Amino acid sequence: MKSFKFLILGALAVVAIVVSGRLTTGCSSQNAAGSVFSDAASKVYVEPGKHDEFYNIVSGGFSGQVTVYGLPSGRLLRIIPVFSASPESGYGYSEETKPMLNTSHGYVPWDDTHHPTLSQTNGEQDGRWAFINANNTPRIARIDLKTFRTHEIIEIPNSNGNHSSPFLTENTEYVVAGTRFSVPLDNNPDVGIETYKENFRSTASFIKVDPKSGEMDIAFQIMLPGVNLDLSRAGKGPSHGWFFFSCYNSEKANTLLEVNASQNDKDFIVAVNWKKAEEYVKAGKGQKQSVRYAHNLLDESTHTVVSKIKNEVIVLDPKELEGLVYLMPCPKSPHGCDVDPSGEYIVGSGKLAALIPVFSFKKMQDAIASKNFEGEYDGLPVLKYDAVIKGEVQKPGLGPLHTEFDGKGYGYTSFFLSSEIVKWSLETLQVVDRVPTYYSIGHLCIPGGDTKKPWGKYVIAYNKITKDRYLPTGPELTQSAQLYDISGDKMKLLLDFPTNGEPHYAQAIPANLVAPNSVKIFKIEDNKHPYATKGEKEARVVREGNKVHVYMTSIRSHFAPDNIEGVKLGDEVYFHLTNLEQDWDVPHGFAVKGNTNAEILVMPGETQTLKWVPDRVGVHSMYCTDFCSALHQEMQGYIRVSPPNSDVKIKYGVGDQKPS
Amino acid sequence: MNTILNFGLLARGWILAFALVVVGCGGKSTSSENQGGANENKPKLRGEIKRGNEITEVKLSNPLDPKMVADGKSIYEVKCAACHRLTGDRLVGPSWEGLTKKRKPVWLMNMITNVDMMLETDSTAQALLEQCMVRMPNQNVSEPDARSILEFMRSVDGEK
Repeated sequence: MKSFKFLILGALAVVAIVVSGRLTTGCSSQNAAGSVFSDAASKVYVEPGKHDEFYNIVSGGFSGQVTVYGLPSGRLLRIIPVFSASPESGYGYSEETKPMLNTSHGYVPWDDTHHPTLSQTNGEQDGRWAFINANNTPRIARIDLKTFRTHEIIEIPNSNGNHSSPFLTENTEYVVAGTRFSVPLDNNPDVGIETYKENFRSTASFIKVDPKSGEMDIAFQIMLPGVNLDLSRAGKGPSHGWFFFSCYNSEKANTLLEVNASQNDKDFIVAVNWKKAEEYVKAGKGQKQSVRYAHNLLDESTHTVVSKIKNEVIVLDPKELEGLVYLMPCPKSPHGCDVDPSGEYIVGSGKLAALIPVFSFKKMQDAIASKNFEGEYDGLPVLKYDAVIKGEVQKPGLGPLHTEFDGKGYGYTSFFLSSEIVKWSLETLQVVDRVPTYYSIGHLCIPGGDTKKPWGKYVIAYNKITKDRYLPTGPELTQSAQLYDISGDKMKLLLDFPTNGEPHYAQAIPANLVAPNSVKIFKIEDNKHPYATKGEKEARVVREGNKVHVYMTSIRSHFAPDNIEGVKLGDEVYFHLTNLEQDWDVPHGFAVKGNTNAEILVMPGETQTLKWVPDRVGVHSMYCTDFCSALHQEMQGYIRVSPPNSDVKIKYGVGDQKPS
Repeated sequence: MNTILNFGLLARGWILAFALVVVGCGGKSTSSENQGGANENKPKLRGEIKRGNEITEVKLSNPLDPKMVADGKSIYEVKCAACHRLTGDRLVGPSWEGLTKKRKPVWLMNMITNVDMMLETDSTAQALLEQCMVRMPNQNVSEPDARSILEFMRSVDGEK
């Protein structure tokens, strides 16, 4: 049996070498250029001053951020700071935003983002929020699409490697987070690694989303076997109420997973009945567990993030709760786990398999009803493969990863090893078209491609390797995406565009669902920041012990106050800058010499605070960093720092105002 | 109650704006493109210039409405005082001393609520920009709030 497996692995390897050999020759730009159609340029050209048709919300991978592009142009519109501090805007540096990066470990200014997911109503995009995971220190963030800012981050307890997330139910009832690493749970943390099989568990967290405010709250966690959950999707339509997780490492290996977690011919799609889970929680069947996690929420009226530590979570054990979890065998080390627009088909993508299994939700329900099980795994029923499978797409390519849908009856699956997108029919399971990607595609995205109502039109490939596609920039190269037209029978490559960080998953949404709601300014009347300065009349400097609070305003083109004296070495200075502008696109920046953190970029009507601890006596300069008017270069000021024992009194002013 | 109507100034402005649009469609250089500094020369984005909502009529109260004067003063302190003094010389923008004697109520109301349109079409506003060299910010003042500011301006000029 074992030698047979090695034979298969060997055969795969040979095919892989042949394929990659073909690709190596395919690397020449000539070949790549040859696959572009002559009318491609006109299809992606967006006239200067005109807008793109779609927003493309793209993960930044190890950048920790989310990047927004316009489609079809591929123009970069914005990098949204999420899990990584951004000295460019002061996110994670200003006193107001530091708490957003608070965790049970303290301040964590970096992470790894993978799967942006846009909120849905009735299984269709509603343009309200984007959710994204932090893979490393497990967290989920909510970005408000009115401001394109991070409004909330919740940490996930009992989790390591928050990869299988965030995916959401068809009315955004829940955002779901699954663990890539199995670990001992937080209440019994110190065990030998070799006791993996007994003590390590994966978990799936169901985070309730408030339908009005979007605020997140962990409703319950489901404890699952010690496997690696990889990706997940909610059911929709008939399968609404279920959630599907792919998993690998059913071998439960804790070392050299590359080999040891690739032994079994099949791993699982884990099917969770979350409506049943709700019933069990309601009936008090969950176990309250003591944990520690941070919940950070932006107060929009004070422009300030409040971080709270929470201490409890409800855990459900499906071994003891019948009907909660079923396992569907899936070849082999499945990665993607995608549900088609009708909600009937669940597509597993065994990344070590050379076929695509398509499961039927209806057959799964029948198999559960008739208890058509092949056995148990960790006390959970395993359904018979033949009883739940609709069929397999045969010989689609090598290394299937992810599938999106066009709403016209086709699935589009990315193939990492054979570096291509393959289009196949959901009805006949026949491959109908394939196009190469340059190179080694990971995720792919069709606008609305995970919803009940895909918008179609394009598929975008997010590639893992760029190699020779752009001008070289030393050993580190840009990452890249590729845009294909899918409006006809054949996919057509239209455009390559560089991306920031490493793009994993992405989603795209019609601009008209988002753009009309875009906030232009923060109304100064609504600013409830405790240190807001509403008008120059209120501008002042106040000493409280060794803390000096500067209530400062900005407007084109001066700060008030702009001359400050009486600060002493050993003081902590807090510049609370209120931007009095009420016009769109007139931020002011603020920087002070020798500050050891960053600048702040303050939007119209907003108040942000920069803390500065001067390290030397002298007169220090401060200035506006964002070109604001013809007199921007004049927007500057001085702050004098005197020795600790000096008798220089607090004094401030602007222009010929009498210093007080 | 006393009604003041002003057709002349804005009507001229609109004719000029219309002319510019027509010429602009031909793709030729227009006079407006040659005016102002580099910063004012950037192409206008769609929707950036509000052409609607121009105020053509202002009803003045007599005597002054004390609540409007008080409201106007507090709005002035938050949104205007950084650049406009009530007495003396220009700070960033012109002082408000004697302002209601110099400018018609309709002009003032439009300048407060629709500054982009005024800078595009009104020769007095354009002349002031050449003096001050900073575009007066659009401070998102609603029409009723602008009316309160006008009431405050009148009180500054000694009206009762």
